[in-house]
Amino acid sequence: MKKQFKPGKWQEEISTRDFILNNITPYDGDDQFLTGPTKATTKLWEQSSELLKQEIKNGGVLDVDTKTIPSITSHKPGYLDKKLEKIVGFQTDAPLKRAMKPYGGIRVVEAACEENGYKVDPEVSEIFTKYRKSHNDGVFDAYTKTMRQLRSTGILTGLPDNYARGRIIGDYRRVALYGIDRLIEFKKADREALDGVMTDDLIRLREEVSEQIKALQDMKIMAADHGFDISKPAETAQEAIQWTWFGFLAALKEQDGAAMSLGNVSSFFDIYIERDMTEGSLTEVEAQELVDHFIMKCRLIRHLRMNAYNELFAGDPTWITESVGGFFENGQHKITKTSFRFLQSLYNIGPAPEPNLTILWSDKLPEGFKKFCAKVSIDTSSLQYENDELMRDVSHCDDYCIACCVSMMETGKEMQFFGARCNLAKALLLALNEGRDENSGELIVPDIEKLPAGPIDYQDFEKRFKKTVAYLAKAYVNTMDVIHYMHDKYYYERAQMALMDTKIKRNMAFGIAGLSVVTDSISAIKFAKVTATRNEEGLTTGFKVEGEYPMYGNDDDKVDSIAQKLVSDFNAELAKQHIYRDAVPTLSVLTITSNVVYGKKTGATPDGRQAGEAFAPGANPMHGRDHSGAIASLNSVAKIKYENARDGISNTFSIVPKTLGENKEVQINNLLAMIDGYFNKRAHHLNVNVLNRETLEDAMEHPEKYPQLTIRVSGYAVNFIRLSKDHQREVIARTFHESM
Amino acid sequence: MLKIHSIDTFGTHDGPGIRLVVFVQGCHFRCAYCHNPDTQALETKEMKLMSTNDIIKLLEKEKTYFGKLGGLTVSGGEPTLQAPALIELFKECRKLGFNTCLDTCGAIFDQNTQDLYALTDIVMLDVKHIDPAWHQKLTKSSNENVLKNAAYREKTGQEMWLRYVLVPGWTDQPEYLETWAKYFANYQTVKRVEIIPYHELGVFKYKALGRKYELDGVKPPSKADLDQAEKIFKKYLGLKVIVV
Repeated sequence: MKKQFKPGKWQEEISTRDFILNNITPYDGDDQFLTGPTKATTKLWEQSSELLKQEIKNGGVLDVDTKTIPSITSHKPGYLDKKLEKIVGFQTDAPLKRAMKPYGGIRVVEAACEENGYKVDPEVSEIFTKYRKSHNDGVFDAYTKTMRQLRSTGILTGLPDNYARGRIIGDYRRVALYGIDRLIEFKKADREALDGVMTDDLIRLREEVSEQIKALQDMKIMAADHGFDISKPAETAQEAIQWTWFGFLAALKEQDGAAMSLGNVSSFFDIYIERDMTEGSLTEVEAQELVDHFIMKCRLIRHLRMNAYNELFAGDPTWITESVGGFFENGQHKITKTSFRFLQSLYNIGPAPEPNLTILWSDKLPEGFKKFCAKVSIDTSSLQYENDELMRDVSHCDDYCIACCVSMMETGKEMQFFGARCNLAKALLLALNEGRDENSGELIVPDIEKLPAGPIDYQDFEKRFKKTVAYLAKAYVNTMDVIHYMHDKYYYERAQMALMDTKIKRNMAFGIAGLSVVTDSISAIKFAKVTATRNEEGLTTGFKVEGEYPMYGNDDDKVDSIAQKLVSDFNAELAKQHIYRDAVPTLSVLTITSNVVYGKKTGATPDGRQAGEAFAPGANPMHGRDHSGAIASLNSVAKIKYENARDGISNTFSIVPKTLGENKEVQINNLLAMIDGYFNKRAHHLNVNVLNRETLEDAMEHPEKYPQLTIRVSGYAVNFIRLSKDHQREVIARTFHESM
Repeated sequence: MLKIHSIDTFGTHDGPGIRLVVFVQGCHFRCAYCHNPDTQALETKEMKLMSTNDIIKLLEKEKTYFGKLGGLTVSGGEPTLQAPALIELFKECRKLGFNTCLDTCGAIFDQNTQDLYALTDIVMLDVKHIDPAWHQKLTKSSNENVLKNAAYREKTGQEMWLRYVLVPGWTDQPEYLETWAKYFANYQTVKRVEIIPYHELGVFKYKALGRKYELDGVKPPSKADLDQAEKIFKKYLGLKVIVV
């Protein structure tokens, strides 16, 4: 008979948070208890590494199932080595074999297959051309001329209109805590209560809940195929991890969302691990093995993508973001031994971009954990940090996770409609070109007056820019509304939504790219003398700048306030619009790796950036312009108010190990002081790379020497050698903070 | 007003923790290996004038990063040339709780310097050579004041770090390393002794200034050179010795 968990309201209603709060064993010690990999772990990882090598050799894709229309139950179980795997289940019947997801768009799937040397089974093509409409078809049926224009000119880029939106995180822990039968009971009761005047909203929700119930039933079948009965709650640590994985796997089998993040599972697992260890049925070595095997599964998640997608989001990322750490509102931290064990996997099976380990940081976290994080960052460059106190303070919740890179959501209670991003640098150029696209000359924004000849007058510019931004924000929201209406209709995430509350909070997450380019451009117009050079059509081709102007990234309020205002103004414009399903608009300053593509599509800007040159990632200052040292650079970014960018403000920070200090111990202390310092300024996010530029240059030349070299880019991590040469060059060109 | 050459907001090699490092303009020494020759002239067109208030403002902006260890380091150039302005600054730092380090070559021995020392949490003294003749050759100045300053700091009982740049052929003679270490063996206030390997990163600045570089052709010390120096220092100074 197992020891009973501490009772609480989690027994009466669905509340994973309450269960954790009541049963967590916080850990205040250091990393000394951790153990290395077991033989089985090493063997499985060697096998995986061989497959990964093969995958790279094949040009990025190992295998594609071109016949099966995927569902939760469509594939037979697949294994690496059934006898050794403590946690089982892949998306298809073999590791790294990718499923096609035609519900998003059949043409996308066909193109992705062709680009990789495969062909979609004709029957599948026929079904999705003749009989079953996809998300992509729906969107293009409803798009207006303006929406198409914004898309084709690259003003809006990365729109989830031809791939799944992702960013929805089911509370996968619920499968383990409650078992599927109980979850179905709750959902049935919810559906029963959805009664009254049958409005569109109510009908849709009733249908959705029915779909969720079917998904739950399918999860049971899928688990049974693997030999497990998940109708009842998990009893052991192994079951808890396995059940949770099945919940997540159900979503991964049906959906190919850009970022399908994991949530915050580590300290939940810890409760089961602690219980098993206390009763003597699990050792530390075995506990670590369970974690390592789970992490391995996360690393082998794959989606089928088109080349065009890879240009935006380089390195084949899946954003299996796992949020570790943080505090409960009662002041209790959430660090457990399993928080350590998750990080330890980066040693046991080497560094890797996935899962995207995200530390919910506070200077009040136990010193032992902080030091371990800093050590792991220095050794692996695989962690990112987000400000727990800030997020709890602004959102008033303490059981939350990060979707994708920087998007905070209350676990199981909040979802978002992912909104890609708007190229703010192109908006600036529209304002300088009477609303015309600087490349094609196409009229995008109506009624923008021509600028007088000669140096650009700041007031003249500001008027035009404000009008442009207002127009674009409105058009942007409209475009998103269309996309998400169709996504709900044709590619609904029934598995994720089944593991969330029926009454859910919705955000619509918008984004801007090119913040530092626009900030410096406006600073130049405001503080120096900027004259446009124009071609015969009157379109800007370059800018002559006379005089000096302050640049973003040097802790100078004169220019940093421009960045602040750009963000708050855009956010305010979004808030004026009506949004689909009454979602609340949020805004991110995050580019992922799309800063390279955005740059390519954008003409020369007044800050001296040449046409086609990459932007800085996220909210970062432009490369090489933050010349007042690392702290000044951090401080500039910290000034952007999270309250105005609730979807996250990404800062990617690269530093040479020697610059952090003369030895490991000093480096650890300085790194954690730096993170404390940054977050105590109410900054939101920090990606930390501790690397020498020479290592990256060498990896470009000799990729075979660096199979697991991991580097943080904007909001996620990538395997460096999987990046295109363009992306690799851009990463190397970034500011590496060095000192003499 | 302080004459400032430059400022680094993320200093991790001039004192404990993360530090705002202010490099002042002007130095009397002419060290052969100086990697900041552009800080030697007492005044330049490029230098910035900054008040106590200006620097305190920078410290306030950086405060959250200092933690328990970090703070302000004044380096240079030679800070004690501007002792009166620094006294004012360090008084303010003390009032506001900012940790202070003074990175000095010890060239000036006078009341101002001593007043400044009193306000300094850690004096980081470069004792560039223990032999007067070599010191003269290396820096174009005597080491008499340097040693007086060391003795003075020791007498006050306040914390001091010693720094030593290891230059092959110039400062690596075993007998002098021995004498150097022995000289400070009984200093109670010395908490840390840094051996700093000579590097060539400053050479290009000489070209830019149109000056001849005396150490042309001298290579940074090898691992063996550093090990030897460390061994000798440790014989007398033990675990305080760190190669950085």
